[in-house]
Amino acid sequence: MALSNGIIKSRLTEKFGDQLIDWEEPYGMLTFSASKDLNLKILQFLFDDPELKFKFLTDLTAVHYPDRKCEELAVVYHLHNLIDNIRIRFKVFTDILKPDVFSATALYQSANWMEREAYDFYGVNFVGHPNLIRIQNVEEMEYFPQRKEYPLEEQSRIDKDDEMFGRGGSFGPGNERSYHGTISDDDKEAMKKN
Amino acid sequence: MQTTEHIKLPAGSLGKHTTTLNLGPTHPATHGVFQNILELDGERIVDAVQTVGYIHRAFEKIAERRPLYQITTLTDRMNYCSSPINNMGWHITCERLLKIETPKRVDYLRVIIMELARISDHLICNSIVGVDTGAYTGFLYVMQYRELIYEIYEEVCGSRLTTNIGRIGGFERNFTPTAFERLEKFIKEWPVVLREFENLFTRNRIFMERTIGVGPISAERALNYGFTGPNLRAAGVDYDVRVHTPYSSYQDFKFTIPVGTTGDCYDRYLVRNSEMWQSLELIKQAYKKVQEFKGAESEVYHADVPEYYLPDKKDVYTKMEALIYHFKIIMGETNIPAGEIYSAVEGGNGELGFYLISDGGRTPYRLHFRRPCFIYYQAFTELIKGGMLSDAVITMSSLNIIAGEMDA
Repeated sequence: MALSNGIIKSRLTEKFGDQLIDWEEPYGMLTFSASKDLNLKILQFLFDDPELKFKFLTDLTAVHYPDRKCEELAVVYHLHNLIDNIRIRFKVFTDILKPDVFSATALYQSANWMEREAYDFYGVNFVGHPNLIRIQNVEEMEYFPQRKEYPLEEQSRIDKDDEMFGRGGSFGPGNERSYHGTISDDDKEAMKKN
Repeated sequence: MQTTEHIKLPAGSLGKHTTTLNLGPTHPATHGVFQNILELDGERIVDAVQTVGYIHRAFEKIAERRPLYQITTLTDRMNYCSSPINNMGWHITCERLLKIETPKRVDYLRVIIMELARISDHLICNSIVGVDTGAYTGFLYVMQYRELIYEIYEEVCGSRLTTNIGRIGGFERNFTPTAFERLEKFIKEWPVVLREFENLFTRNRIFMERTIGVGPISAERALNYGFTGPNLRAAGVDYDVRVHTPYSSYQDFKFTIPVGTTGDCYDRYLVRNSEMWQSLELIKQAYKKVQEFKGAESEVYHADVPEYYLPDKKDVYTKMEALIYHFKIIMGETNIPAGEIYSAVEGGNGELGFYLISDGGRTPYRLHFRRPCFIYYQAFTELIKGGMLSDAVITMSSLNIIAGEMDA
């Protein structure tokens, strides 16, 4: 009998009980989350279980929800059972102040770089990762750029010294320009003067 | 010591007996901007460390400020050897999120374009493997047919490399008779060229000696490393998104998935070649299906979704609704329904996935691209360890590593 979302759900609840929460099926993909301490146990169970056989890690990424207190960062796993051709999505949430999540590299080689990417952009600290360093950004970078507190530059901002492209006024020496697209108080003053 | 102070060398590299060699980031043999720090014992590779991110452009971040239709241009720049597949993959993701049904004719036209893109992708990859083994003829000879493919894109969307082809719901315009003429020319002439290309390589003793047994990977390791696409199929796993999760009406077509056994460079070459034949079959079938539409049906080239599909320009000047929708689309003022979706297509290199989270705003809350190249390039060290330096170069080109896709 082919595997269905219902069977997967009952198999998982049988094993983990009410530790698995937030069951959903957006666009047909079974989605659930669990406490971050359980992530390896669940992944291992999904991998080893003779019925479930979720042996392929399609994707691993992180999402930042600044409004969810104490669980600001989500790590999202997309798993694929290639034999029965069914996918599931599994999430764990973590506190942004202590973003430690167990690494899945022992189970999936493919998690290595995907976890490095999630660390690079969101600062998720994967415990047990063999080489958790930045992958896309420069090593000297001191922040995690895809977090929501770094909004993209306002397309209408005028505080840039960019006369070649007909944009904005120029600043005298000593006028610090703002980082990350947010306009500092100094810049606002300068903009008023212009 | 003064000269090496600013270069970061691996610990203990000055007193050791092996040689450290930088392959890349701008080495001609890497065919892209990425670096490999190789540890060589003579000409044997002891270890390798890959560095990526030289052309990282923060697409996922940029996408968080763009309305859906503006994100298409970002997807072009991932795997630029087959950008129409990326474009279509993105449109299909949006259509699934917005629950838009596309007409069959649109699906078949998309299949034609996507399979042309697959041919051009595999063609580049295989001919580059040829170049790296010392055979330039194949590369030079097939280029005019990739040119023909690009001319078909040009006729449909106006551009060649970064195509931005299609729109949410269909195509920006109907295929012109010229586009179909060029397609017919391609269907007629391409098999002869591909046959000749195969004659140059497939049983060529030098090519076989250089590729057989080079950079092999077992099916189990390949799956563990997250391989997809031709590289996984070369290892013997018949996983293909077109069959497993059909999109764009792929279920209406008859085609086979070629698989290899050893997962070495030669098998990857063979799989890509067979896939080009399969793609040609798909194009023929799709073209036949497109020709079967008669009357008004043969003019359909987009779904009826005024909120997302730009109206005709002449209507914008004369009809109120058209003007409103035109304005809302261009200014990106349409709210996307809240939801969470993962949608994948079979890209040139494997499963190209789009993970889109919408919170109901005008732009995605989070968009993540599952780039096949980025995931399987991790296996490179394992593939080349113990081999010769020249084998590493062939392995790299036969994996079809595209820097744009890796760095996103």
